[in-house]
Amino acid sequence: MKDGFRALLAGRFGREALRAAVGSAEEKERSLDRRLWRELGDAGFFALRLPEADGGVGLGLPEAVLVFEEAGSALLPGPLVATHLAAGEVKGAATGETVVTDVDGQLVEWLAEADHVRGDASGARAIRSVDPLTPLHRVGSAQTGISDAAVLLTAALQLGSAGRTTAMAVKYAGEREQFGQPIGAFQAVKHLCAQMLVRTELARAAVYAASVTGEGLDAAGAKLLADDAAVRNARDCLQVYGGMGFTWEADVHLHLKRAWVRSAQGPTAAQVEERYAAAL
Amino acid sequence: MDLTYTEEEEAFRIGLREWLARTLPMLPPKPDPLDWPARRTYDLGWQRRLYDAGYGEVHWGATPTQHLIFLEETEEAGAPYVGANFVGLLHAGPTIAAEGTDEQRARWLEPVVRGEEAWCQGFSEPDAGSDLASLRTKAVRDGDHYVVTGSKIWTSHAEVADWCELLVRTEPISPAAPKHRGISWLAMPMDAPGITVRPLRTLAGSAEFAEMFLDEVRIPVANRVGEENDGWRVTMVTLSYERGTAFVGEVVACRRTLGLLAAAARENGRWDDPVLRRTLGRLSAEFGALWRLTQWNVSEAQRTGGVPGTGGSVFKLRYSHARQELYEAAAEVLGPDSLDLAQEWTADRLSSLSYTIAAGTSQIQQNIVAERILGLPKGR
Repeated sequence: MKDGFRALLAGRFGREALRAAVGSAEEKERSLDRRLWRELGDAGFFALRLPEADGGVGLGLPEAVLVFEEAGSALLPGPLVATHLAAGEVKGAATGETVVTDVDGQLVEWLAEADHVRGDASGARAIRSVDPLTPLHRVGSAQTGISDAAVLLTAALQLGSAGRTTAMAVKYAGEREQFGQPIGAFQAVKHLCAQMLVRTELARAAVYAASVTGEGLDAAGAKLLADDAAVRNARDCLQVYGGMGFTWEADVHLHLKRAWVRSAQGPTAAQVEERYAAAL
Repeated sequence: MDLTYTEEEEAFRIGLREWLARTLPMLPPKPDPLDWPARRTYDLGWQRRLYDAGYGEVHWGATPTQHLIFLEETEEAGAPYVGANFVGLLHAGPTIAAEGTDEQRARWLEPVVRGEEAWCQGFSEPDAGSDLASLRTKAVRDGDHYVVTGSKIWTSHAEVADWCELLVRTEPISPAAPKHRGISWLAMPMDAPGITVRPLRTLAGSAEFAEMFLDEVRIPVANRVGEENDGWRVTMVTLSYERGTAFVGEVVACRRTLGLLAAAARENGRWDDPVLRRTLGRLSAEFGALWRLTQWNVSEAQRTGGVPGTGGSVFKLRYSHARQELYEAAAEVLGPDSLDLAQEWTADRLSSLSYTIAAGTSQIQQNIVAERILGLPKGR
């Protein structure tokens, strides 16, 4: 399942498609690739956790986090979590014919593109999103209840990004030469990469375990660690890339910006930390 | 990730829990931490009770999952630590079990599991710390003996040990061969003539380590575990144990400490500080994830049937720092009392400083992770 989905993404949303999407977003044609969305539906991405009797794949959260991790790794754009959660409740969501977004705290992603909005988006105001591939609207402070599954799947997206930026940094450090050797031979660079792996693996343990226990506190903790891994790994990857990392052309900034957006969705670090403190 | 336990494993857990509940109230009072002979007696006595109850070989005879359950349950019940048995049970023992001959296993493992003999570790030297392979303590063959001369440092439990797992150089360092070739692993009887032990006081004030000077100590060739000059590989087996499962009980203890810290902070009013609250909350989430990582590493070891792997380096890198952060937070909870050595958390704060150094500094661990897991090129 994970491998099949990875292959689908590699074929349909590889680096060229990613950069093409960024390019068209630049020209204010910020549109979701509806054909890809339906292919995701055909592949079972949205119906993954629906019972087979209801036309779903009949799998659970442990499998869902694996495919969301792949989506995060590929920087797949769109309201993936909201549409996945709407499968079986909103017509067409399961098959990818309907694009569903939800009001997540003070932000709504892909509002103009969505066919269905869950939550109250009245008075929504478009902002110039920092992430070129995630259009955003600001809404009032109406906080809707965010489900534990939404929190965990967002964490899985972050985990995927953290793993990808680690791999990008390691690859770059092994190829880029300065002072007559790959920069990855310098300990200062090695240690940045090692810490990226440590963050990724700690977040992975938390995300996978939360998908098995199904506990809300575990999901929140997984999001805390995955947010941290995604944001800080993107920062360290940028550092390993050096000047190249500061360019629009390198993909590093796309990971950092998406990680910022995902961090702001669902419970923030402060909220999760307070929740863990209260449970002590 | 498999977090479920089999019926057999659950039965093992329940049997152990019941035995602990019956046995712990019968233990003698804990000895003075500075009285080494008394600590040896206490620690070996505890191991004897474990042996009599059928748990003597749990550190290497059980499945990794049973071992994990054992470490978790004993910690949660407040059972004694391995203490003077640490090297015998978690270091030399697993190495002999994995690399020794049948005869060697029979000679050395049985007294360890029966709580009759204690071991110490003779690896580091004054000039060979992180760069362990540059060790210079030399062993010269004389008939069926090695004659060993040199000095060792950080030799834990040396004063009360019967045996020492000793790394020696059986082939001098030369430009022709990598320096990790030419090292051999020997079991040295601590009563052999020519051994001088000098306690080494740590910044925590205790003397759990020692320096050891070896002057032409004769060790039978039969005490060598593994082939001559193959001691480095034998040692790597030992170190992977130390980085793999050796900290399981401590993670459980850290999670309990967090709860105690929160209770103390609520009591003395420091809980009103949101920065402290959030620090404790984050640490709680992190230690939860570290526990999951431990379970995962153990189930991987069980699945692959091998010794704990490099995942242990990833764990140790984060755990050692998280432990230090935990006791920094404890100092904030204590306020001025954090300067009182009578406070248990103050002593723990001091001892936590060794965690990013012992068993490979964080810097060396990061090199290991970068080179062996991520495949980055070796360099200077």
